[in-house]
Amino acid sequence: MTLYWIGSLVLLLVVFPIVVYLLNGVLVEARSIVPTVRHIAHVARAGSADLDAAPLLLTTQDQAIRTIENVAAYGGSLDVILDDARQGS
Amino acid sequence: MPAPGVILLVAVVLIVLALVYHLVMTIVALRQIVAALDETIAAVGEIIAKSGPVNDVVLTINAHLGAGVSALEGLLVKKAGMRDALGLVEGVYPGASAAGFRDFPDSTTTKAPRISEVYTRGVLTLARLGREAPIAAASPDGPAVRNATRSAKSAMDLYPDVRHTRPEKLPRSPVIGTDSPVQYPEGVL
Repeated sequence: MTLYWIGSLVLLLVVFPIVVYLLNGVLVEARSIVPTVRHIAHVARAGSADLDAAPLLLTTQDQAIRTIENVAAYGGSLDVILDDARQGS
Repeated sequence: MPAPGVILLVAVVLIVLALVYHLVMTIVALRQIVAALDETIAAVGEIIAKSGPVNDVVLTINAHLGAGVSALEGLLVKKAGMRDALGLVEGVYPGASAAGFRDFPDSTTTKAPRISEVYTRGVLTLARLGREAPIAAASPDGPAVRNATRSAKSAMDLYPDVRHTRPEKLPRSPVIGTDSPVQYPEGVL
């Protein structure tokens, strides 16, 4: 009967607080992760939104190529119009 | 039921309740984490998809711009000669001649002349206007963006003896008329 008493009291006064303490620690840590992960998700969405203009780079590429082609055409015309530098100048 | 049995039963019930509460709360928190991670993964996927072609596009633009620069530098050297070409570049972009032209290794060792010794003020002004034309992104709809420290001052530095530097030493304009202090004789035609 004495061991029965001791076992019951140990379960109530020692095991139960330890279980509560450990479970509470797990819960606190899990809850602390939630805002961090939400912040990461927000930042990732913002980063994705920042790249919305990235497809315009294709237009920029096309415009740059056309501009270079026009400059090359002007350069070709200038090459015809202007005399070359004299040797030694 | 004996008292130790009641205590044991109460302890077990309390432990089970604690387990249920904390585990359910933990599951809720983990589900929130999973939902946020799903959003994160989707956004990261978008970032990867959007940034995928950026590298190739930028490299292509750089390659074309590099080819354009090389062609224009070659044309400039061909038409103006290495020395004068460096002088023009130095006049428009002070200090740039030290880097030389990318396709002309000897351009880094060629001494650039002062632009004012080679080109007239009009040429320099035209070159400067070309550099500071209103294509700057800072004011695409506004007036021409001009460099206040270079656009006027550099011209003054090149021509230090004109009116804006020493106006007090310039002769005054002659006074003409019948009551002028100096009467000039009528010219004989």
